[in-house]
Amino acid sequence: MTNTRTPPKPTPETQHFWDGTKQNRLLLQRCSDCNHTYFPPRPFCPACASKKVVVVPASGKATLYSYVISQRPAPGMIPPFSIAVVTLEEGPRMMTNVVDCPQTPEALVLDMPLEVTFQPLNEDITLPLFQPAKGDVQ
Amino acid sequence: MKPGSIAIVGAAETTKMGVIPDVSQTQLHADAALNAMKDAGLKPSDIDGVACAGEFPVTLADYLGITPTWLDGTYVGGCSFMLHVRHAAAAIAAGYCKNVLITHGESGRSRLGYLGPSILPTSPYGQFEAPFGTSGPPTMFTLPVLRYMKTYGLTHEQLAMVSVVQREWAAKNPRASQKDPITVDDVLGSKMIAYPFRILQCCLVTDGGGALILTSADRAKDFPTKPVYILGTGESSESPIISQMRDYTSSRAFRVSGGNAFKSAGITHKDVDHAMFYDAFAHLPIFGLEDLGFVPRGEAGAFIAARNTAPGGMLPVNTNGGGLSYMHSGMYGMYALQESVRQMRGIAPAQVKNAKISVCHGVGGMFSASGTVIMSNQLP
Repeated sequence: MTNTRTPPKPTPETQHFWDGTKQNRLLLQRCSDCNHTYFPPRPFCPACASKKVVVVPASGKATLYSYVISQRPAPGMIPPFSIAVVTLEEGPRMMTNVVDCPQTPEALVLDMPLEVTFQPLNEDITLPLFQPAKGDVQ
Repeated sequence: MKPGSIAIVGAAETTKMGVIPDVSQTQLHADAALNAMKDAGLKPSDIDGVACAGEFPVTLADYLGITPTWLDGTYVGGCSFMLHVRHAAAAIAAGYCKNVLITHGESGRSRLGYLGPSILPTSPYGQFEAPFGTSGPPTMFTLPVLRYMKTYGLTHEQLAMVSVVQREWAAKNPRASQKDPITVDDVLGSKMIAYPFRILQCCLVTDGGGALILTSADRAKDFPTKPVYILGTGESSESPIISQMRDYTSSRAFRVSGGNAFKSAGITHKDVDHAMFYDAFAHLPIFGLEDLGFVPRGEAGAFIAARNTAPGGMLPVNTNGGGLSYMHSGMYGMYALQESVRQMRGIAPAQVKNAKISVCHGVGGMFSASGTVIMSNQLP
């Protein structure tokens, strides 16, 4: 196993998302015609096919939709670690890891509030990870 | 396609099954194909349609000495073969070909000439899942289950019973890879792979293959085998990546594919004597039973735990032992189809008495695609 996570390779259609995470911003897209907010990125709305879409910042707030705790070796990861899917406040879901939290069923509770945190992977790529929400996040 | 207008007249698996270190993947396809042709009493020159997944149909046709007038290389993961059956039925009905050969061969364990899925770092998976430490289906296909458990109260013990019951079926099958009885405690005490999944809730990794031959029902009566008629079929897809599956308690692809299969077959659930639900992992029969409408939503875990799908139960399911105990080379759909055909021919090792209708339901990728074939040993 290599010491670093498997790096994503942006395409022209997703470059803005990875440019965003590099600046510690989580970016989604919203349709100007039907108001649908979506992820993963593409230059048209998956709900209505309109090309009138804009990039919008996400709040970074999310809840834990589901997860597994992997015991399997993976590049750049030390088992056990969570592979999680979170529901963003704006609606879309994304895969991530829940960090700064014991990697146990007791600590990882479905629907728990989370917030985004950014982890640089290399000079081009920063990954959006999530941690238990702090402060006044509900 | 009119229900019953197309029939399966040849069906066979590879000569060996399990660990086959001395046969390449292409030859596994060919071995299964030659066995199926022998079963149907056909020669390569009689075949004019070729479909396969995991290999190119061009490669297979040439390797076997076939001159095709119809080819299908549909590759949507493990249920590709259900889609091939559906497409072949349409092609035969359209007159594009007369005798279709569908093959599968996979050196999933020994990896001799194994192609496998390619992973591009630019793909949705490469960009939005692989960086988070996914490593194969056990870390992705399993993701929906905790959400399902919270929504419907499925217990770890009920989920473990899927593996226990299928091992009971496997014990009746001489070709099954794993035949020793297991208990719920055995399952819940086995090695953790990706919580909440333990190794006995994950499919085997083996080598093997299978092949089917389809023709029109009119011609089927001239074959040496008992015809197995196609009553109805369905196919669909959802997201290529599990993180974008809309609802972690139900598969849209299952609902669409299964619904269309039942609708086109013109049957109801109480007509079904036998079912195969592709089980790469223990939760798949639960999703299958519910999404195809056999069991009300949220009740399939209890249904299985109450032994309704076990030997002697009201709905025998995965009677070959399934991907959990029979075999799983990576794309399992062909083996599920083979067991449905055996049940309809009346020659299965764990034969369901007087079974007349079998539902065979497959999945591809991580709930990414689905294919369903409903077959019968009687014309409707």
